Amino acid sequence: MSLSRDDLRSFLVELIRVAETRLPVDVYESLRRAYEVEDNPIAKQHLGAILKNSELAAKLGKPICQDTGTPVFYVEMGADFPLRAEFYEVAREAVREATKIVPLRPNAVDPFRKKNTGDNTGRFVPWFEVELVPGNDLKVTFVAKGGGSEAPSTLRMGLPIRGVRNVWETLLQAIVEAGPKPCPPVVVGIGVAALSDQAMALAKRAALLRPIGERNPDPEIARLEEEMLKAVNELGIGVHGFGGKVTALDLHIEYAHRHPATYAVAIATNCWALRRATGYITSDGRWEITSKHITG
Amino acid sequence: MANVYHLRTPLSEEDVRKLRVGDTVYLSGLIFTARDAAHRKILDIIDRGEQLPFDPRGLAVYHVGPVVRKKNGEWEVIAAGPTTSARLEPVEHEFIAKTGVRMIIGKGGMGAKTAEACKKYGAVYAVFTGGAAVLAAQAIKRVVNVYWLDELGIPEAVWLFEVEEFGPLTVTIDATGKNLYDEILENARRKAQEILSRI
Repeated sequence: MSLSRDDLRSFLVELIRVAETRLPVDVYESLRRAYEVEDNPIAKQHLGAILKNSELAAKLGKPICQDTGTPVFYVEMGADFPLRAEFYEVAREAVREATKIVPLRPNAVDPFRKKNTGDNTGRFVPWFEVELVPGNDLKVTFVAKGGGSEAPSTLRMGLPIRGVRNVWETLLQAIVEAGPKPCPPVVVGIGVAALSDQAMALAKRAALLRPIGERNPDPEIARLEEEMLKAVNELGIGVHGFGGKVTALDLHIEYAHRHPATYAVAIATNCWALRRATGYITSDGRWEITSKHITG
Repeated sequence: MANVYHLRTPLSEEDVRKLRVGDTVYLSGLIFTARDAAHRKILDIIDRGEQLPFDPRGLAVYHVGPVVRKKNGEWEVIAAGPTTSARLEPVEHEFIAKTGVRMIIGKGGMGAKTAEACKKYGAVYAVFTGGAAVLAAQAIKRVVNVYWLDELGIPEAVWLFEVEEFGPLTVTIDATGKNLYDEILENARRKAQEILSRI
């Protein structure tokens, strides 16, 4: 038995469907915890609607949010994966198919000529981040990145002499400026790097790929994550900006060694509806979705 | 003390002037969707002195780009949670003045110009839970019509929906011009300064 394009496409379509319709367990559990601790009645009401909506979406197999996002694939491509050359094309086919059957909202728009492509594919869409790894399997995390939580993304080229203060200032300013717009409670990712695009890419990875409740393996960074998460929640913006205890479900930091003359800081947010799913497919066509999702 | 209201379109000025920030509303009747492109389109038509294909007076405008599907010739709404209203702040006051809508439904808040128009013309801004797209779709009983679909595409076309008990909607700007988010965001700004001074 060997891997066919159909196998690969079916795997990717299912990965997209699961991400779009069934909230990951770690996200759902943190929303449940937020509901338990929140005592602001309006915030609690909206958290209740969030939980109910998530459960209903999983039960009915419908997209959790109508903004089914820009499709992003984080890929660990085995160097000997048989369909490595065809992967991009098959992924595009999978996005087109998922658009029809899940269904997804067509979200690819030409910024100059204003036409929507109608099928979520287009120039540099889907967006791929591909790492080459040993072996012949393919591991993929699909993320549906919503526009509402993407709009408040922040990049600041800090002054190196100000050190970690650059991060504190950029973080707090970004969260206050964003306010209710990214559908809090949000998941926050912070990237610190040499280069502007590096910082943003690392911030996105920190926000989208790190499990809720998991701390950075470096204990000093883990402590910073906890302090910053606490600070964000002290701002009191709360669920949908109505005030309350929970503005952020979690906060993760990822960093690269920086250039002596730069201190690039990026803040990425994802809304409460973190639509991500992970799976793998082998060179003989076996595949599995490995991430855990609610069943509704 | 916050109140709960069950309202039906067409909304009268009296209906909306009694609402206060923090109140909960469940809305029934007709609502129409309008995002960025639709706001422009509708205002252009009105400015040219032409007729709109439907009467917006007393209705609610809903900031949304829905997921819809055609099934047996009928439109089915699959998911319809709100989009970020802040993008429409530059034109919303003009939209309220010229269309006669009495409720704007969205999420993420709106600003001072919209609040001023709510006070002047008798309208409110209410928030539906962002991302609760399936819940919203359940309240939409029927797609009455869709306008400019080919020109604007599914997310940006104007959809006319018949809704039943659409909510809970949280009144965030009321017709006295009060904006619930003002105080919360002012406190957040102050708190941020406080935290930074401790570092």
